Amino acid sequence: MNYERIKEKLEILADAAKYDVSCSSSGSKRQNKNKGLGDSSGMGICHTYTEDGRCVSLLKILLTNVCIFDCAYCVTRKSNDIKRAAFTVQEVVDLTINFYRRNYIEGLFLSSGIFKSPDATMERLIRVAKKLRKEENFNGYIHLKSIPGASDELMQEAGLYADRLSVNIEIPTKAGLKLLAPDKDHKDFIKPMKAVQNSIQIYKSEKKLIKKTPIYAPAGQSTQMIVGATGESDRDIMYSANFFYNKFQMKRVYYSGYIPVANDSRLPAIGTEVPMMRENRLYQTDWLLRFYGFNVQEILNDKHQNLDMDIDPKLSWALRNLDQFPVDINKADKRMIARVPGIGMRSVSKIISARRYRKLNWEHLKAIGISMNRSKYFMVCDSREFESRDLTGSKIKNLIMLNSKSKYHKNFNHQLNLFA
Amino acid sequence: MTTTLLYDGSLNGLLTAIFTIYDQKINLPIISKASLTQKNLFDGTEIITTDIDKAQRVWKRFKSLCNHRDSHQVYCAFLSEITGMENTIYEYIKMTFRAQKAPSGDFTDPVVLKIAQAAKMVGREKHRMEAFVRFHLIDNKTYYANIEPDFNVLPLITKHFKNRYADQNWIIYDLSRNYGISYDQKTIHEVHIEFKAPKGQRGILNTISSSLQNNLAMKTDYKELENNYQDLWNMYFKSTNIESRKNLKLHLQHVPRRYWKYLSEKM
Repeated sequence: MNYERIKEKLEILADAAKYDVSCSSSGSKRQNKNKGLGDSSGMGICHTYTEDGRCVSLLKILLTNVCIFDCAYCVTRKSNDIKRAAFTVQEVVDLTINFYRRNYIEGLFLSSGIFKSPDATMERLIRVAKKLRKEENFNGYIHLKSIPGASDELMQEAGLYADRLSVNIEIPTKAGLKLLAPDKDHKDFIKPMKAVQNSIQIYKSEKKLIKKTPIYAPAGQSTQMIVGATGESDRDIMYSANFFYNKFQMKRVYYSGYIPVANDSRLPAIGTEVPMMRENRLYQTDWLLRFYGFNVQEILNDKHQNLDMDIDPKLSWALRNLDQFPVDINKADKRMIARVPGIGMRSVSKIISARRYRKLNWEHLKAIGISMNRSKYFMVCDSREFESRDLTGSKIKNLIMLNSKSKYHKNFNHQLNLFA
Repeated sequence: MTTTLLYDGSLNGLLTAIFTIYDQKINLPIISKASLTQKNLFDGTEIITTDIDKAQRVWKRFKSLCNHRDSHQVYCAFLSEITGMENTIYEYIKMTFRAQKAPSGDFTDPVVLKIAQAAKMVGREKHRMEAFVRFHLIDNKTYYANIEPDFNVLPLITKHFKNRYADQNWIIYDLSRNYGISYDQKTIHEVHIEFKAPKGQRGILNTISSSLQNNLAMKTDYKELENNYQDLWNMYFKSTNIESRKNLKLHLQHVPRRYWKYLSEKM
């Protein structure tokens, strides 16, 4: 192995792949077989975290950063004057196996710039995965990128070796895509998603009848949207996310605050702050949809097109719907307890299981670990004292914010003054 | 009057102590590790000799009264080695025996909550070790890693590594508890290594010059290959970071400083 050369390639091709935020290594059912290497049937594992606080779970690299497309938001766009490099299939296989054996990673996340044609690129990605599975008996996690425009047959083959497949929609609106990536067609993104979704369903139903049916993309599909590049509203973003969750049974939709990589009048200028707080609020909303039983229309609609930045979306929803509160912790159903601001899903199940033994009071709830500062205005329990003042939404918000210290405090300090 | 029962620190020792409490109808018992307790001359101290049969009787009875999750939580709480946890475990088992059913999910009870919280801490540490173990190839077939976990999690991570690295020989060594587990592609063994270096300098540390040297004899060519892969990994770690999103607070929350010692990327 030519170590110096590999090192140089790794530097270029890891750097180019880092804007893809998907990092999960969970949800696969692939077990170690025939005493081979690796097992990805358990929880996902984050092996380390970079200084930006993001986890490193997979070896996330591009096969090549040579690309025939010229998407304005992308660092590897054709017109960008950067160093180009390409790995050979064997090099990627060697790196993956050797990193995996040392417990550095959970597996491989392989993406690529589109060199020559979508099919040629997809075919090369598949070759890496196939080699790892067939020749190295590798059972670690493999996440492959579905290349927009690749044929259905190739997508069908990819799922036989990969645990997860993903196409990044990148721009949430069609108009935005037309503006920033004129050579790409919205349909090209949807086509591979559809092909993979079909195959997942076919293999699943076959597996019910024939046990030997191989597993096909057991960790499903995911996608990613860039936030803050085209002036879209939070409603636009979450409605398209909701569309992908429902229509394509996506396992995850990722939101990536746009990091300026080009001087282009269509985009925020280089040096513009990454909208990390907005990204955070979008993820919170995503969680409310997937785990807390919220409907996207409850959180974002014509009246509320954007999420509040100073408070979390659940609290914001609760303040707009004070008629549904207070909730009696000892009687309410799971769905309603999950809607109380300051109570997470873990606390919800603890409350449900503990109240079978006795009625809960404030001390019990505190010990269980719920955030009293936010929740106390929205619930009653087996205590005589509770919030009895008839408070308005903005008054409650003010009280909560006075007693809390958010990590984003500096971003909305001035807003607080307006209310005080 | 209280009676202090001194046990050897093993789970079977603790269970024997609990057996003794019932057998001798001891009122107000305090269970404590023999190594942590100075022998005093006050009366009411009993030294427990671990008896596997007695221990198994207690454990079997306990397991028959609870589900797998409850007993696993108690086991995890035991591995936390938190001072006084023995007595919480005894309380929990006593509650179970009295009610003929484990108080599972009664988070309003301080004993149940304490066990659940300790188990959670241990579970988190187990997961961290599954992430932070860094193997080094030290000869033509053995992958070695050393760790210093907050809790005694080696018994909990064995299965994970056995499933995952089924085709390689490996050793994971707990330097703070001075024992390790080794796998030879067939079975797991407990191992002890006699380090010549003083405590704190043992094993493979993450320093530039001394990586792969301290008292683990290694052939030069493996050392170079190993350093290369470690270098590639460090390079990858650096390149995958996004400078404009820097968030050191979050970073430290996920990788607290005490773990850096054996993480080569944090060199």
